[in-house]
Amino acid sequence: MTAHDHDHAPIVDPDRPVSEYEVLEQAVRELLIEKGVITAQEVHAQIDATDSRNPALGAKIVARAWADPEFKAHLLADARSALGTMDIDTGNLAELTVVENTPDVHHVVVCTLCSCYPRMILGIPPAWYKSTAYRSRVVAEPRAVLHEFGVELSDKAEVRVLDSTADMRFLVIPQRPHGTEHATETQLSELVTRDCMIGTGLPRQPS
Amino acid sequence: MSSLNPESPAPVFAAGQSVTVASRASLGHCRTPFYLRGRPGLVVEVTGRFRDPELLAYHKPGLPQRYLYRVRFRQTDLWPDYGGSAADNLDADIFEHWLQPTTEETAR
Repeated sequence: MTAHDHDHAPIVDPDRPVSEYEVLEQAVRELLIEKGVITAQEVHAQIDATDSRNPALGAKIVARAWADPEFKAHLLADARSALGTMDIDTGNLAELTVVENTPDVHHVVVCTLCSCYPRMILGIPPAWYKSTAYRSRVVAEPRAVLHEFGVELSDKAEVRVLDSTADMRFLVIPQRPHGTEHATETQLSELVTRDCMIGTGLPRQPS
Repeated sequence: MSSLNPESPAPVFAAGQSVTVASRASLGHCRTPFYLRGRPGLVVEVTGRFRDPELLAYHKPGLPQRYLYRVRFRQTDLWPDYGGSAADNLDADIFEHWLQPTTEETAR
């Protein structure tokens, strides 16, 4: 490799050993930059954009849905158009379907074929979401898997597994916790965990 | 997206229709999980038309686009020894060319 003489900060932390894939990524990235296919600024802008997507964005959306029934109805019917009203950039939003957990139906999301995940809302998926154990078990014994996540459901409620097999990505609106009637949207958003938007968790209870 | 194909055929299946996932092998990449092949389900929604992932995987344009359906399967139809409630379901998005109408022959 040539010396690092570009006018951008290194992306890989040089203080620890890098993996084979990191070396491969770095080699391809530097070649693409050298040949003028992409610029270092574009790479950094994309890293920034990816990092800006995290579960806090999903929590804000869920809190709005809890607080505003009209928004929730809009979100369930047409997620992209509803998010547009929240000033969320929907330009690179893949097809998003929002579902709602109720006392009668509990949704839980998986991608058995790979690791499809609503990254544009929740950011990078947790490691367990991509594990073979989760992907193979949650479709066949969802109640046992949910029990291991600490989610206990009534036998009367339907468990509905959503396998993200194709172009659609799924976001779950969990049930709004009791005792939050007077909470503000910001307070509500603090109760929303990443896992409860996948369906493998429940929201925090208000203190 | 449907403007990519001026012919824009209508979807073959409609919400509420009983379908069975084709029980066949795939020549390469496809988005139909093995555990659903040959299983009966119910169309709950026509979700739209999308480029064919079986062609996209080989750097083809993925045309013509295929209709995609949300299909609901009863867990007890998927796993003979399913341990949960008989009311439990699983939804998956299945492309049109992997679905066939449920007939007496395909229904088990």
